[in-house]
Amino acid sequence: MLSFYVHIPYCVRRCGYCDFNTYTPAELQDGATLEIVSGDYIDAVLKELAAAPLDQVPTIFFGGGTPSLLPPKDLGRVISAIKERNGLTDDCEITLEANPDSVTQEKLDQLIAAGFNRISFGMQSSNPEVLKVLDRTHNPENVHKAVDMARAAGFASVSVDLIYGSPGESLADWASTVKEALSLNIDHISAYALIVEEGTKLAAQIKRGEYSMPDDDLMADMYLLVDQQCLQKGLKWYELSNWSKPGHQCRHNIAYWKSNNWWGLGPGAHSHIDSKRFWNVKHPTAYKEKVFAGTSPIKDSEQLTDEQKKSEYIMLALRMPEGVKKAALTVAQYERTLEYIKSGHVIEKENTLALTPKGRLIADRLTHEMLR
Amino acid sequence: MPAISIAKAPQPAATNPAQIRNFCIIAHIDHGKSTLADRMLQITEVVEARNMRAQYLDRMDIERERGITIKSQAVRLPWRSGLDGQEYVLNMIDTPGHVDFTYEVSRSLAACEGAVLLVDCAQGIEAQTLANLYLAMENNLTIIPVLNKIDLPNAQPEKFAAELAGLIGCKVEDVLKVSGKTGDGVADLLDQIIAQIPAPVGDPEAPARALIFDSVYDAYRGVVTYVRVVDGHIKPREQIQMFSTGVKHEALEVGVISPEPLPSKGLGVGEVGYLITGVKDVRQSRVGDTITNFARPTKDPLGGYKDPKPMVFSGLFPLDGADFPVLRDALEKLQLNDAALVYEPESSAALGFGFRCGFLGLLHMEIVRERLEREAKLNLISTAPNVVYRVTMEDGKEFVVTNPSEFPDGKINNVKEPIVKSTILAPAEFIGTIMELCQERRGVMLGMDYISEDRVEIRYTLPLAEIVFDFFDQLKSRTRGYASLDYEELGDEEGNLVKVDILLQGEAVDAFSAIVHRDKAYSYGVMMTGKLRELIPRQQFEVPIQAAIGSRIIARESIRAIRKDVLAKCYGGDISRKRKLLEKQKEGKKRMKMVGRVEVPQEAFVAALATDADIEKIKAARKLES
Repeated sequence: MLSFYVHIPYCVRRCGYCDFNTYTPAELQDGATLEIVSGDYIDAVLKELAAAPLDQVPTIFFGGGTPSLLPPKDLGRVISAIKERNGLTDDCEITLEANPDSVTQEKLDQLIAAGFNRISFGMQSSNPEVLKVLDRTHNPENVHKAVDMARAAGFASVSVDLIYGSPGESLADWASTVKEALSLNIDHISAYALIVEEGTKLAAQIKRGEYSMPDDDLMADMYLLVDQQCLQKGLKWYELSNWSKPGHQCRHNIAYWKSNNWWGLGPGAHSHIDSKRFWNVKHPTAYKEKVFAGTSPIKDSEQLTDEQKKSEYIMLALRMPEGVKKAALTVAQYERTLEYIKSGHVIEKENTLALTPKGRLIADRLTHEMLR
Repeated sequence: MPAISIAKAPQPAATNPAQIRNFCIIAHIDHGKSTLADRMLQITEVVEARNMRAQYLDRMDIERERGITIKSQAVRLPWRSGLDGQEYVLNMIDTPGHVDFTYEVSRSLAACEGAVLLVDCAQGIEAQTLANLYLAMENNLTIIPVLNKIDLPNAQPEKFAAELAGLIGCKVEDVLKVSGKTGDGVADLLDQIIAQIPAPVGDPEAPARALIFDSVYDAYRGVVTYVRVVDGHIKPREQIQMFSTGVKHEALEVGVISPEPLPSKGLGVGEVGYLITGVKDVRQSRVGDTITNFARPTKDPLGGYKDPKPMVFSGLFPLDGADFPVLRDALEKLQLNDAALVYEPESSAALGFGFRCGFLGLLHMEIVRERLEREAKLNLISTAPNVVYRVTMEDGKEFVVTNPSEFPDGKINNVKEPIVKSTILAPAEFIGTIMELCQERRGVMLGMDYISEDRVEIRYTLPLAEIVFDFFDQLKSRTRGYASLDYEELGDEEGNLVKVDILLQGEAVDAFSAIVHRDKAYSYGVMMTGKLRELIPRQQFEVPIQAAIGSRIIARESIRAIRKDVLAKCYGGDISRKRKLLEKQKEGKKRMKMVGRVEVPQEAFVAALATDADIEKIKAARKLES
């Protein structure tokens, strides 16, 4: 089996907190429009596809950037090409990340026709002040419409992405965002703590003292709040930052956490094939040049050692409800977790160690402890 | 020019004592001693113009950079007097200019018959200069008062000439005025040295007696010992003996400094020069000791010999534990040239392996640390300096404590600490401020005198521990840099002293234990627990930080348990990035020290021992890392 990630490195504009590998068309080419850029870019992706293995495909994920900006027919070309050369499983999950402002009923219908069956809207927050801090342009009311339209178009799974812990956001602000999100006709939520990345507009604003970040205790309370609220509405956590109704887990995401094989198409995309990780050159122009010149866009790779594989296993498995298999730990590593069992961070099951909500909040520390 | 070429000048070992004048220059840092010495080297033509460089005699980089002289040196200067036209030989003995080196100063003074009291005529006399002046007067030296920097626009020669005249009891018009910078008045000064300072007197036939006034380790030659011959003579290839130890050496080379070493046929009565015996350690050739002939030793050593006594102790630890052997070697090497430096290995739960070092004072400590860091390229942490305490238990047992962590438990009868007599010179407007500071530091006023219209000398007894803390910085900042300080030992006095421990989750952290006055224990505890609360990262459990005297808790803070330590997002399958972050943090863990169950980054210990500014730096660095 081979999952595909398709990177769409374009946005209408860059949000203040974002350090993802994305560009506005004008940044890449003077006077360019998305339509011009799109066709060319998809050509390059399809060219790169030729290098991928031919295993059957259980999931495809279009991420970005803002994939919903591209014409559905262009996105459909990628799905068709993968389907044609690899074949899709009967229940293949095909996800699109979408900006609630950039969809219409017509476009959503076209996306269904192109093969998509799952959509994830970047809602981030229902609070206009928070959206302003995040430098997001969308109107919070559009999210409701977008979700309903997606349902009408026939998407089998609809998700929203949320961000918590923005400068100035209170626990009450966050509670109302979570309530608003859970009132939507959705079956999946991703909620991420805001990370201020070096070099972003937000980082500069914080440096200048315009904003200050909430403290870790508030962030922890926000996490516990979304976890409890989701549970009440029948959405259970299946990965640290992801909750879903039964049967609506994002299987593509799970493929990452379980170190399945996937191929990342597009600039800066990461792939993992049989213990080898590799990634493409980051800039779309460099990527296109390489691909059109017939050379590999792969920038670098690493063959995982057994030790690295074990590190990754613990790091990733701890993020999921199943937890870490005790058999994978040395006696010393197991013993080091005992005090965290006592302190209520870890639950010991028959063959595994899994994290409590409080434990999930210090998952990185627990990973260290186990790996030390 | 009254300069005499070296070849034609009176030769060492063949100079009539009547032609010799031995003098030193007493001056404060910045008052221009090195520059004046440069001019003397120039006009006596012992240094050719093309070889001249600024601060010629200051050999170490640190000396040049900090503008202070750590080690003295003696230069032989031939000079034809402009007054009587006769040939003379002047030996200029350079004296260290800081409070920590009082003993070395006293030995340099003992090698001279006179002293040039050099004062910057824009600043007036400073406390350390005054102390050295008194020392010179006690040694019956002829004092020649000189105002330097008369070329400066803000010079006040009349005011400070009056001040000097008042201090040494001469007439205002007897105060000479020179400019080390332009050379103005320097030839006249040399003539006055000859006219006023008496020639040395000694018995050429008696067994040799030579005073060691300095001893310097040279990587190529071994120890170079600077001596002033009082009686008899010393010749090359001769067997000599150190009076204090009785150890015999051969004088492999004897010579004078001119101002580069110049071997001679020997040194006779009144002469100043150097000798090399091949020993590798300055402790075998101690300042203040008497050198005599082995074959015909003297029975009466020259007076005043003392072993150097460390007054201030501090732990020095390499930031990187792997550098411990480098530190050990560097200390060994440094000790070859510094008889006052003592050290022994010390291990600290917080800081790892290092050395407990004893110093003459704070400057000595700074110099040693700087030399270790510079010459051995080490990064060092030093614990807060402390003095020597004498603790008597109720059962009569006595302990000498140079490290707070060795402070005895149990019933203590009394604790004694060293007391100093301090002299502060400052403009009169700061009297109130200075008295306030001294009272805060448990000072007892001894007296106060006006040394000129608007400058006062204030005398206090103070516990040395208070001075060692941050007295000098406080004095400088509260008097806008105008006050100067000198102190001398007065002996030990009983104090109401307690040991304050800092406990992390109930375990004492050795590096932070301190011996403080009972009245200050609480503020020390609050300050230290507060600092550590800021610096130690949150753990998975709450960590109490306490300050305690024995079992009594006097201050408490706590570090709340960590609640969030996770990166929520993984970027489009970039697992490598996350794993690498993990690996990087794992490296960071290796630098953690465990205190019981509490993990403390070494930076936290370092910062807790450092200043507020350093703490900000560490916090910023941690923010970037996480």
